[in-house]
Amino acid sequence: MSVPFLYALVGIGLFCLGFYALIVHNHLLRKILAINVMGSGVFLVLVALARRGGETPPDPVPHAMVITGIVVAVSATALALGLMLKVKAATGRAALPDQSRD
Amino acid sequence: MQTVLSEIPWALVLILLPLAGGIACFVLTAAVRWLGLLTASLVPIAAGGLGWQLSREGVYRHAVGGWGAPLGIDLHADGLSLLMLAMTAFVGFGVSLYATGYFKSAHAARFWPLWLLLLGALNALFLSGDLFNLYVTLELVGLSAVALTALQGGRDALTGAMRYLLATLLGSLAYLLGVALLYHGYGTVDLALLSERVAPSPVVWAVLGLMSAGLILKTALFPLYFWLPPAHASAPAPVSAVLSALVVKASFYILLRLWLEIFSDISVDVAGLFGLLGAGAVLWGSLQALRQTRVKLLVAYSTVAQIGYLFLAYPLASGMGATAWSAMAYLVFSHALAKAAMFLAAGNLRQFGDHDRIADLDRVVQRLPLTAGAFALAGVSIMGLPPSGGFNGKWLLLQAALAQGRWDLVGVMFLGGLLAVGYVFKVLSNTFTQAPVTHEPISVPARMQWAAMLLATSAILVGFLASPFLALVGMGDPFNVGELWP
Repeated sequence: MSVPFLYALVGIGLFCLGFYALIVHNHLLRKILAINVMGSGVFLVLVALARRGGETPPDPVPHAMVITGIVVAVSATALALGLMLKVKAATGRAALPDQSRD
Repeated sequence: MQTVLSEIPWALVLILLPLAGGIACFVLTAAVRWLGLLTASLVPIAAGGLGWQLSREGVYRHAVGGWGAPLGIDLHADGLSLLMLAMTAFVGFGVSLYATGYFKSAHAARFWPLWLLLLGALNALFLSGDLFNLYVTLELVGLSAVALTALQGGRDALTGAMRYLLATLLGSLAYLLGVALLYHGYGTVDLALLSERVAPSPVVWAVLGLMSAGLILKTALFPLYFWLPPAHASAPAPVSAVLSALVVKASFYILLRLWLEIFSDISVDVAGLFGLLGAGAVLWGSLQALRQTRVKLLVAYSTVAQIGYLFLAYPLASGMGATAWSAMAYLVFSHALAKAAMFLAAGNLRQFGDHDRIADLDRVVQRLPLTAGAFALAGVSIMGLPPSGGFNGKWLLLQAALAQGRWDLVGVMFLGGLLAVGYVFKVLSNTFTQAPVTHEPISVPARMQWAAMLLATSAILVGFLASPFLALVGMGDPFNVGELWP
């Protein structure tokens, strides 16, 4: 197994781990962190698969995508954290209420 | 004159104009309403310009910065893009007219920049020709939509927005992982190039699963609709209208494009699955709508049901592509108009009585006739009664199902129609009567009533324009069926 492929597998693993955490945890900060772990997993897949094997230099396009993706992730995280503080101020808990009453 | 008009890059105007307007609104908070309304009324002109350009010169392609695919970003517009852009421009204008009356100064200064940025992001999304640009614009749409949902604060709106944000981020990440795998497999993210290169393989199967799951979550197709009703029902009225009419269509559009360009040749079974989920959405969403006791929640669940109809076109398209996709185009367009009108009317009802409990609606028809009329006309299109855009769409869909002997889908459509009659009349019948607890009416500005009426009337009128409508949508043959026809 080549090293880039191993990294890509780790990326997929992070994605799944983040997904699991997003579902099982109640606290919003944990959910936001879980989303970020998932994002890092996707970025790792992009970076790892840019390596085309052998002596050829890596493909720059996925790297450019990762840069853009990080910008998006930072803005999304900022919005999520701001919203979490508002939710905490409004409901007293940094968690989503149970929806089963609907 | 004609040469000057055809020299203007209308597609770029469609993206840059709302962006510039949004930034201007952010800076010049004193004139925010008029700046916003001016921008929103120029956007339909630009969309018209693009349509005129397309009808003269055929499919539009623009290599941003002169780079070109596969390295650069390409903008691309055909009949399907034009359909979505025209829908956005028109609904956007109606909602903007409404919002000038709805928001008081403190909220207006926050609403307009965000709304114009959302408008710009939607236009950019519908003009994107490559998967990664679609991801970026999808995130722009999602983030501005979440911020708009949380605009007025309050417990329900904030938790609804938070749930919406988590769902939308999860959906985008699944989509992005799909993009990464596709790029690895085929060395490009350009849709046109991918459609030539993609062949069935395990990687493509994984990509199809990831992207479909992510986009279905963002489109709120049954059973992944859990985030939609709280977000759409607790947002301010103009925002609810935009979310239901336009934002869910953005991810639906991406899924449709992917399907048409890449996946339709690879799997027919998945179309069957989409149809099954669509049927589930029609029945479950309509039943839930019927159970609601508040106007806005009822309208939000109706969106869940109407999204289902869009997915019924997938299994029917394999045998009768032209009819099924014509139906889908009609349903997308008329649902946007009718649902925006319904949410705006619901906003009027709420302002008028300071509540939106269906049972306590008090003599609305006598005292707010325009709003009640708008709700009824929009209801006609949602129920699929003739003459309306909704009727044309559902009629075509029914034709495709009958011709292929899909009696199960025919049954779903009939039941869905009956349930829709039930939930629309649940509201309408209460507008005629006097409530047990009467209240003094709170005045609703005339332009808020006329904006709802304008959109509802358009949903009816579009039903009369079948052949020019389908000719416009079919430009550049986005559905690979030759000509669309009724």
